Amino acid sequence: MEILGHLLDGFLVAFEPLNLLLVVIGVAVGLFIGAMPGLGSVNGVAILLPMTFLVPPTSAVIFLAAIYYGAMYGGAISSIMLGIPGASTAVATTFDGRPMALKGLADKALIAAALASFFGGTISILLFTGFAPALAHVALDFGDPEIFALMLLAFATFVGLGGDDIPKTIFSICIGLVFSSVGMDIISGEPRLVFFDIIGFMHGINFLVLAIGIYGIGEMMWTIEVTRGNPKMSEAVVTVERTVSALRELLSTWKTALMGSVLGFFVGILPAAGATPGSLMAYGVAKMTSRKPEEFGKGEVAGVVAPEAANNAASTGAMLPMLTLGIPGSPTTAILLGGMVIWGLTPGPRLFLDETEFVWGLTASLYAANLFAVVINICFIPVFLWMLKMPFTVLAPIIFVLCLVGGYAPTQDMHDIWLMLGFGVGGYLLRKLDYPLAPAVLAIVLGPIAEPALRQSLMISNGDFSIFVTRPISGPITIIAIILIFLPVFQFIRKRSKKNAEAGSI
Amino acid sequence: MRRAELVTAVLMAAFSIYLMWKSAELEVGWVPDEGPGGGAWPFWLAAVMLACTVWIIINWFRKSTAPAQSTARYMDSYAMNMFLLVGGGLFVMIGLVHFIGMYGAIPIFLVYYLRILGRHSWTLTLSTSIGAPVVVFFFFDIAMRIDLPKGYLEPLFFPLYDIFL
Repeated sequence: MEILGHLLDGFLVAFEPLNLLLVVIGVAVGLFIGAMPGLGSVNGVAILLPMTFLVPPTSAVIFLAAIYYGAMYGGAISSIMLGIPGASTAVATTFDGRPMALKGLADKALIAAALASFFGGTISILLFTGFAPALAHVALDFGDPEIFALMLLAFATFVGLGGDDIPKTIFSICIGLVFSSVGMDIISGEPRLVFFDIIGFMHGINFLVLAIGIYGIGEMMWTIEVTRGNPKMSEAVVTVERTVSALRELLSTWKTALMGSVLGFFVGILPAAGATPGSLMAYGVAKMTSRKPEEFGKGEVAGVVAPEAANNAASTGAMLPMLTLGIPGSPTTAILLGGMVIWGLTPGPRLFLDETEFVWGLTASLYAANLFAVVINICFIPVFLWMLKMPFTVLAPIIFVLCLVGGYAPTQDMHDIWLMLGFGVGGYLLRKLDYPLAPAVLAIVLGPIAEPALRQSLMISNGDFSIFVTRPISGPITIIAIILIFLPVFQFIRKRSKKNAEAGSI
Repeated sequence: MRRAELVTAVLMAAFSIYLMWKSAELEVGWVPDEGPGGGAWPFWLAAVMLACTVWIIINWFRKSTAPAQSTARYMDSYAMNMFLLVGGGLFVMIGLVHFIGMYGAIPIFLVYYLRILGRHSWTLTLSTSIGAPVVVFFFFDIAMRIDLPKGYLEPLFFPLYDIFL
């Protein structure tokens, strides 16, 4: 009952005219960003975060959360119409969405994606409202060893579930953590890693410099290279009659949508995993449990419903550890977390006690964002289709300009702009060689929390690392993290022994 | 692609060693009553980075990853052109900010990109190149009071400051 009271207060915050306006703008911007190939929620949030210094922190987070949300809806649009995922979170949507569009059922796929997203969003926000306060309550007892164990879990998730090359993933995590330690050593107060004695490094490397460099400049260059001219777009016929019949057919997929939502939510909660693995897993499970698995990949509507419900649910799920534990559940929430620190909010379980207005305002605004997203999405399908035709040579320079001014705003130092360009170019070159970059962005946000937690823990234990395994809460978390790190090794050994067995049988 | 993979790994290994050396300027070992020294955290992380690059190089010899097998060019002519034109454009734009400020550099960059790289009409080019800095000015300098660099163009803005600030 207490939760309902809080939620009601939250709605009062969410429905303040400024916040409501920001939700609507955020959702529309998010839909656009999500729909553009190569741009996803993480790019949008990274590039636009500096623009939110204009409004109070609560409104700023509400705006960014709305972008995050809208982008999850928007990603499906280009997956279906162009066959290129609008964001990595919508990769699974191309598997069946594109074949549907090629069969002339683009309108049905778009509506299925929008409604599945709405369904996933709704279920996950309900779960969020139920789980968040309880988890925050438990987390109040967390000490430094527990916090460090959670960090370890976040990085381990990338190694175990990220699916990228393992040494390159670990490399990316470590380089992000090292960059986060540039500047001043908090405990001894000495300057640290001031490269070539350049004074600009004294204030450290702001996470936004790395995030905008990688997601604004590096990703854009990568997208320009990969898309090479404009891809072919499918036609969509939208009529009321067709919409109604599509709706009727969708009703039969509610089980798939429910499975996708719940699965997506819980995968989203896992630190660092986020919406991409969530939607891929939901697609896999939907195919496995379907009565006609052979139809998947050829334009089965359930194949659009499952990943779309899951990626929206996961984006809400990712907010849960960010708000309750101070550990982001996805790269986008990592940037939101960094933003919260800039705005003077301390992430972690105390938020639920000290900043109730912020927490519940944000929660309530998620409900609002979800509703607006589905309405705007369905009503403006033709507008989004028209915008998809916008040439990249117009969008790209505008984004570069936004990166330039946005990168300057937080620290107001030209040194950071040059650094941003360096990170962008470096990120682009590494990305071409399959180095994953999201772990580095997550690491630079988490570094300033992880390092003191590790050092304090070691001070408590006098340098004994067993402190992380022997404490009742940090123990299991550390063990899960270690298992996740070694997961790919187990898979490798299994594959190899299978291969040997096959070779033996011949 | 294969050569680029190796060169990158070796460069990154060298960078890791540099980071380790740089971290070692601070205490890397255990400081009594203080816990690990200030350099320990980055030092050991850089050591892990070095280990990863060695692992990547081993994978390169075993040809077990996609970039280590690929015979495609790392930078084909399209990628190289794009890299030089876009990256170079950004480099020049940021360089110009030091002299003529954001409001001089942004329109020049937009005209370069839209007209020369994008081959768009002059109407679109000019409306964007003039519109964007105006929006940026009102958003940053006026609404957020973040003073963007103006370089030698600063005097031109005095009348605007008088009106809006």
